[in-house]
Order: sequence, then structure tokens, then C-alpha cells
Amino acid sequence: MVERRYSETHEWVTVEGGTATVGISDYAQAQLGDVVFLELPKKDSTLDAGASFGVIESVKAASDLYSPVGGRVVEVNEKLTDSPELVNRDPYGEGWLIKVEVGGDLPPNLLDEAAYKKLTEAS
Amino acid sequence: MPYLVYSDEDRAQMLAALGLESVEGLLGDIPPQLRLQRLALNDGLSEQETMDHVRGLAARSRVYPDRLSFRGGGVYRRFIPAAVAAVTSKPEFYTAYTPYQLAASQGTMQAIFEYQTPIAELTAMEVANASLYDGATAVAEGAMMAVVQTGREEVVAAPHLHPEYLEVLRCYGDGRGFRVRVGTSPDQHSAALVVQQPNFLGLLEEMPALTRAAHDAGALMVACVDPISLGLLAPPGQYGADIAVGEGQQLGLAPSFGGPHLGFIACRQELVRRLPGRLVGEARDGGGRRGYVLTLTAREQHIRREKATSNICTNHSLCALAASVYLTYLGPDGLRQVAEISFARAHDLAARLARRPGFELAFPERAFLNEFPIRVPDAGAVLGRLEERGILGGLRAGRWYPDLEDVLVFCCTELNDPAALDELEAALR
Amino acid sequence: MTEALSFEKSRPGLPGPRLPAAGVQALPPASVLPAEALRQTPPGLPRLSEPEIMRHYSRLASMNYSISENFYPLGSCTMKYNPVANEAAAALPGFAYLHPYQEEDSAQGALELMWNLERALAAVVGVERVCLQPAAGAHGEWTALRMIQAFHHAAGEARTEVLVPDSAHGTNPASAALCGFRVVEVRSGADGRISLADLESKLSPSTAALMLTNPNTLGLFEREILEVAELVHATGAKLYYDGANLNALMGVCRPGDMGFDAVHLNLHKTFTTPHGGGGPGAGPVGVKEELVPFLPRPTVEKQDGRFRLDFDRPQSIGRVRSFYGNFGMLVRAYTYIVAMGGDGLTQASLDAVLAANYLRGRMEGLLDLPHRGPCMHEFVASARSLAGAGVKALDVAKGLLQRGFYAPTVYFPLIVPEAVMVEPTETEPKATLDAFTGAVAEIVRLAQDDPQRLHEEPDNLPVGRLDEVAAARRPVLRWSPAQESPKELVEQP
Repeated sequence: MVERRYSETHEWVTVEGGTATVGISDYAQAQLGDVVFLELPKKDSTLDAGASFGVIESVKAASDLYSPVGGRVVEVNEKLTDSPELVNRDPYGEGWLIKVEVGGDLPPNLLDEAAYKKLTEAS
Repeated sequence: MPYLVYSDEDRAQMLAALGLESVEGLLGDIPPQLRLQRLALNDGLSEQETMDHVRGLAARSRVYPDRLSFRGGGVYRRFIPAAVAAVTSKPEFYTAYTPYQLAASQGTMQAIFEYQTPIAELTAMEVANASLYDGATAVAEGAMMAVVQTGREEVVAAPHLHPEYLEVLRCYGDGRGFRVRVGTSPDQHSAALVVQQPNFLGLLEEMPALTRAAHDAGALMVACVDPISLGLLAPPGQYGADIAVGEGQQLGLAPSFGGPHLGFIACRQELVRRLPGRLVGEARDGGGRRGYVLTLTAREQHIRREKATSNICTNHSLCALAASVYLTYLGPDGLRQVAEISFARAHDLAARLARRPGFELAFPERAFLNEFPIRVPDAGAVLGRLEERGILGGLRAGRWYPDLEDVLVFCCTELNDPAALDELEAALR
Repeated sequence: MTEALSFEKSRPGLPGPRLPAAGVQALPPASVLPAEALRQTPPGLPRLSEPEIMRHYSRLASMNYSISENFYPLGSCTMKYNPVANEAAAALPGFAYLHPYQEEDSAQGALELMWNLERALAAVVGVERVCLQPAAGAHGEWTALRMIQAFHHAAGEARTEVLVPDSAHGTNPASAALCGFRVVEVRSGADGRISLADLESKLSPSTAALMLTNPNTLGLFEREILEVAELVHATGAKLYYDGANLNALMGVCRPGDMGFDAVHLNLHKTFTTPHGGGGPGAGPVGVKEELVPFLPRPTVEKQDGRFRLDFDRPQSIGRVRSFYGNFGMLVRAYTYIVAMGGDGLTQASLDAVLAANYLRGRMEGLLDLPHRGPCMHEFVASARSLAGAGVKALDVAKGLLQRGFYAPTVYFPLIVPEAVMVEPTETEPKATLDAFTGAVAEIVRLAQDDPQRLHEEPDNLPVGRLDEVAAARRPVLRWSPAQESPKELVEQP
């Protein structure tokens, strides 16, 4: 299992056995406030790394979601339709967004834990 | 001066508190070369003189009696119960601000919730918004929803969509980058098929078949409907339309030379996040009391900014209130009766006119509701003869459709009593 | 206090109102129209008697604040008095009962009013022509951008970007996006005035326009506006004026003279047409010579003493709405302008500036005032001076609601933390301004002595703070027959 990496747009990704799991960081969910809705891609759609794959909405904001990895979407977190608050409560666990089938390594531009922490402190 | 509240002493006191001699001391940031000597406008008038002037202008237009008005084309004379004006002229409603401070605006908020519900019911759709400007911009907004939802860049508009609505659709298309094609066969490039029911000539379209054609091509069906007709005719939800739009002027609003009127939009649940404009939703406070909030606001311009579904901010809230009062006053039976009376009178008039020499229904095989196109020997002369009797005759279709020169479109509402129909017939003898 | 929904009070079987008989051979629609064209189930509209309807709406009205009762110090909203004479004017049959498709000869009075109004508005803002069609401010914004887009297109230039200040109102970028423009933000300095350096770096041959309001959203006059205009025009771009803050300038100076090419107006702000709880308004757009060919059609023209509609405008962008504009609102604004005259409008703006500065002065020592005065018709204060007590701008707003004042705009513009944006307007008596000051003073005192009390306000309104999160997660956007009425409404008299 590859340890969690982050994008500059506040998504996180982990990989296990060729499948990447993507979500948004704790910092991002705190900034957004209570999540009310998510627009997520359909299963089997293909994503490019860095491309927008959906929208996350709170009462006061709506942000695009950008995929840290490219590949085919193999699973979408259905629980979030009825319980979007999972993203706030457990952003790294039950609040995962999508799972993507990835080919090779993670893209090199992703940040590790320390680098991401620095990014959020600078904001 | 009218409406200004400071005496010279008030001004002096306020300036003194600021340590200033004159208000000039507050205007120092303005480059001197920009300062006006004097605003070149009329001198101000007393209220009496103002009203005289304005009444003078009003008197320079001809007002046709309701009962002798037979011209429609998107704006219709309807009986407006006194209750409508009594409610919309309450200062608590008409001078209220947009309801952003929810606790201070629950009157307006609940009124809008009570408008969204009947519009959804009338159109048999699942959700309606808090209002748009007019039928034309509602059509454009409905089309844009379809463009965003399907990712396609063409909108097909049926041939007798209101010509001004078509123009507005094209204007939005030119800006946003979608094409508009007139026809009834959507294809794989089409985001939507827009059909007006009844159409601009008053004729009924085959909505279920057209809806099937749209869906077969993967396009959305946008039905532009007459709200009074929905007391009688199949609503968009019944034939599977995706988006319902239209002009709500007939729901308690005066013709007022074209505005302010009322655009309405409603859609299937699945499309709710594509809806433009405000949405009022139910909510609870800490004590469990029910109230109303502006919701799904992340769609709107003040949050989503350039990614908003639309740019609409101020809408036509007071007009929506009028519609809500009107529909509540009529109830389901009243609405159906208004549509039936109009239907009966129009069919009677059509039969009587068609009997005249040289007059024939332009599309005799097509059904209509309360507006119909009729070919006459000389449209100008016919309108002239009616004008002499103080009658506002049908609309000249030839103004927009070259193939319909000498076709007049007449409409009847509950205001055209049977004696008025007699007078119209007599005027043509 | 809560009021049941009209739908909840509806009683099945209550007959509808009495309507006249058709009086002609009654033809059942079912015999003429195919079955599939007819409605299968009646619409679920409420059934109420007229006495119940009137009482219902009177009770709803009592749950509203309105300018007729309360001071609305909302920044950039210009909530000034709505003259009742305007209502009388708009209701005149010679205006209210005109059909838009009457022959022009029979609507000369209406056309003359529109022609006069156009001239008056053009004189106030310093432009060549004014389009009266747009139904609201955002609509006018979009109309102006479409004209600018058409102008560049006609010149054979592909300009794809619109510049918008970081302090701009949300409709600015939304309107630009509706035209397919890419939106580029220009930074402001600490005083909210546009940064010339940043502007210069962002202007390019791709720039179609810069959108600005002056005074800016902090109520400060853009001193360098002439330089801004020069920079923008040097790149061949157009300068657009957002008229939200025009109330500071009438008779004092004109956007047209500053170099603005397109000037938008809000009749429901500066020109007293009522807000209606969210419209209808009107958003006319004035343009300079170069943009005139692109005006929406029809325009109103005067020829040989008669007024006519001119549709023959080959370069027009077309129509932005049906018919000619929100005519009823045009009548109201026109009536106001006729009554005020040039000197009246000028005095209105001078009084608006004086009132704002006076009120701002009285806020000293109460709230933080981040910018050196003077301001124009509005100012921005900050509640961060109360942060130590855990009190925020939101609490100040709720505290004012508790005390009968509508809350000022809070958290906008974003460049001032804990922002409180105040615009008194010229129609608030000095006593009201002083009472408002008293209320703020009380709130500041509570922040020091009893902040918890503040967090519980307002407690004297129909509802407390509503759960907007739950409302957005599971939206209920209409009443449904299946829904249960809340307990507190079941025992309604």
C-alpha cells in the first residue's frame, strides 16, 4: 500500500493493488463546511490526471474536484448520496469519493504528508 | 424637495459632527475635471404637477375595453380578482428586500414556497424555481439547462415557438456558444427540443410524439406552456417532458405594455441542481419550528460566480406572489372553468367568423384551445373596421410569417362576453 | 409565530369561486381534443375561501421586515424610500392596460415615456443611448457584455477575457461566463481600490472588457479612474460600469465622463422602484457611440413628432427578453425622476454621501474602521474589534435584527475580515441614524459584558437560526400531500 499523497487542490490518494482511492483532505472539508451534495462520475468512466471529475457543495461554497490520478473509475461511494456528512466526519476513511484503476506509479507531482502540511500552513 | 428628509439644520449638524463646513469636504477624491456644474434635466415638480404630467402621457395611448380585446400573442387580458392587488400592494411585500436575512423575511419566503408548489403541480413536474423574468428568458434558461446536462451544442426549436422567444434564445445561444435550429427532428447533436403548447398561432402540438422524438435522439424535451391551458390540457409531466417553462402573465398580472411579467421553470428531480435562480426549501430551527430558507444556493452567482447555472439575482418575486394569490383564489375547479369558458367562446367565435365570405380557418385540421389563426380577405381592412368600433382585433401573423400574410390570430378569454362576440361579428358586416 | 401553508388549510370539496357562464354553445373540450391532449388528474391547488386567503396573506405580511417599516442599511443595495406616487402612476389604465402588440399609433403615450426616460437616464450617466429592455441588473450586465462581444466580433477581433476586480459582486463573473468569456481577477489594494499595476499586467489583446463599479464596494471613489480608462482603451478593450453604487454620484459626476463605454443602472436601487421581495426590477444599459449599432432591438425613436419602434438595426445583438422592458417599473422610475428634477437628484446624492459619512463618524470607537475617510454613499466597518469577546459580524447583524433594524451586509466584500457594509441612503432621518448608532453601541457593550446573550439573538422573530445544512442535504422544495403538518400548526384557529 502506498502511503497517502496529496494534490495541490487538496485531494488525497492512496493505492492498493492497482486500485487508487481518492478523497478530499481534512483541511479541505474544514474549509468547505458541512458538505451537502456531491456530483461524482459514473462507474467505468475514464479520468485524466489533473482533470475535474466532479463537484463538492456545501451551503456556502461549491468546488470542483480534480483527480490526482488517471484511469477507469471502478467504484463510486454510493453512501455519500444519503450521507454527504461522511466527508466531514471521516474524510480519509468512510468519506472516500471514488476508486480508480491505475496502471503504473502515482504521478510524481503529488505531495507527501510533510509537503502537504506545509502547503496548508502557508494558506 | 420630494422624498428628502434633511432640513438645513440637520445638514449643518451632521457636517459639524464631521468638522466640515460643506459637503464639498467629502468629495475631494473626485478629479475636479469630472465635476458637473449642473445636471441637465427638467426642473423638479410638485406631486400634483408630476401626476398631471404622467396622466397626460397615459392619456395619449388608447385603452381598449377588456371585453373588446381579442389580441393575444403571449399577453392576454384575464379577470384579475381584487385579492391579487390587495395582497401585492401590501408594503410588507412590495417594499421588502430580497429575503437573504431569513428570520426577517419569512413572509416572503413562505409566499415563494407557496408559489413553487402550484407551479410544480400545474406542470406536473417535481420542482419549480422561485421565478424568472418572462417566458422568453425562461425558454433560454431551460435550453441552457439542457445544454449543460447533455454536453451537446444545438437546440432545436419547433416552428411556431413565439418568435420573440426564438430571438431571445438565439441571443443567449450567440453568447454562450450553442446553435439554434428551427424544426421538429432532434438528432445526436441536439441538447433539447423546445415546443410551445399551444403554439404562437394557438394550435395544439402533439406533445407525446414530440417528446418521444426528443428522447429517442438523447435530447431533453423543453415544453413551453400556457399556464391557464394547464387547467385543461395535459401538463408536461404527463407526457414525460424534462423541463417545463412558460410565461405566467395570465396568472394575475396586467398587460402593462409588455412587463413586468413572470417566467416560470420547473423540472424533474434529477435536474434540480441545474435549475437557475433561487429555490426556497423547508427547514427547522433549533426549537423544531418550521421555516423557509434559500437553498441549493451553491448553484447561484454569488457563490459559484462564473460557474453558476445562470447569472440571475433579482428575479420577479412580487409577480410570483401575484400568481400564487391568483391560483389560490381560483383553485383547481376555477382554473379549469376559466380554460373551458375561453375554449367555448373561442370555438364559437371561430365558427362564426369562418362562416363569413372570404374568411377561412388557416389550419382547419388542427385543434386549438382559445386562440386561432384565420385567413381573411384583407387583414388591414378588417382590423381597421374593428378599430372603428373600439375593438382590438387579432394579431397579424404576416408580421413574422411571410407565408401567413392576411392571417389574423384571434383569442378569447373569459372577459370576452357573448355580447362582445356579437359586436365583433357586427363590425365585420 | 408560524403560519400554516395554504395547502395545509385547504379543504377538499370547498367549491371554487363563482365564474360567469360561457353563454355560448358549450362545447366539451373532450369532444374536440384527443384524449392524450387532456389533463388526466386535476392540479393539486389549494381550496380556500376568499376570507381565508386574505387573512393568510396578511399574517405572512406581518412576518416580513420591509423598507416601509424598517431601516435597511444594506451596503450597495440603496434601500431608499419607494414613493407611493410611483405606484399610482404605474396603475393608470393608460399604462397598465396597454397590450404590447397594439399598433404604435395607439401607444404613443407609452413610447413617449420610454423616449423621455431614455433621455433622462442618458443625461444622468453621460452616454449616447440607453436600452430599457433588461429586466434586472444582472440581465443588464449580460446585455452590455453581449454588445461588447458583438463589437469586438464585428471588428474581427477574438477577445476572450473579461477582467473583474476581486471585490466584485458575483453577478459580474457569472454574466461574463454566460457570454463564454474567461474571467480574470484583478487585485485591489488594501483600500479596495483597483491596483493599476495588476491591471496593467492582466490587460492584453485578449481582453474584451474591464468591469468596475465606482465608488467601489468599500464606498471609496476610484481616484485613478481616468488612468484606468486610458489603460483599458489603449489595449482596445471596453470599460463597463456596474451601476450598483450610482446613488453617490448623481449630479456630482458621470460614469460616461470617466471613460466608461457601457453603463448599467439598477432602477430598483438608485431610482426607487420597489424591491418586491426579490424583483421585479429593471436594469437599463447606457452606451457610447461605438456600441450604439449593437443595441438590442427595438429602440424607441422620435420622428416628425411621433414615436416609433425601430426594428431595422442590422448589427443589433437581437432581443434580450420579450417585448420592450419591465414597462411598469420604467413608469415608476420616470415618475420619480420627473418629481425630483436635476437639482433634486443631485441633492439626493449629496445627502446620501453626507448621511454615510455622518454614520461612519458615529461608528468610531464602536466598530473598527479600516479605511481612512471620507467615504462616498456607503462604508465598510469591521467587527474584528469584538473578536476578543468571541463576537463576529454575524452576531452584530443578528443583534441589529433583534433591535428592529434590518442587518447591514456582512462578510462582503471579502477583502475586509468580519466586514459590515453600511449604506444609509438619503431618505433616513437623522434620528434613525442616531438610533442605529445606539443599537450598535448596545451590541458592543453586550459583547464586553454578556457575549452569550448576543449569540442567542434574535429571539423575537418568527423563527430562530434555521438549519440550512439539513435543508440543502435533503431539499424539500414544495409541499406534498404525503407530508405531515408540523405539530404546532395542527391546532391553528
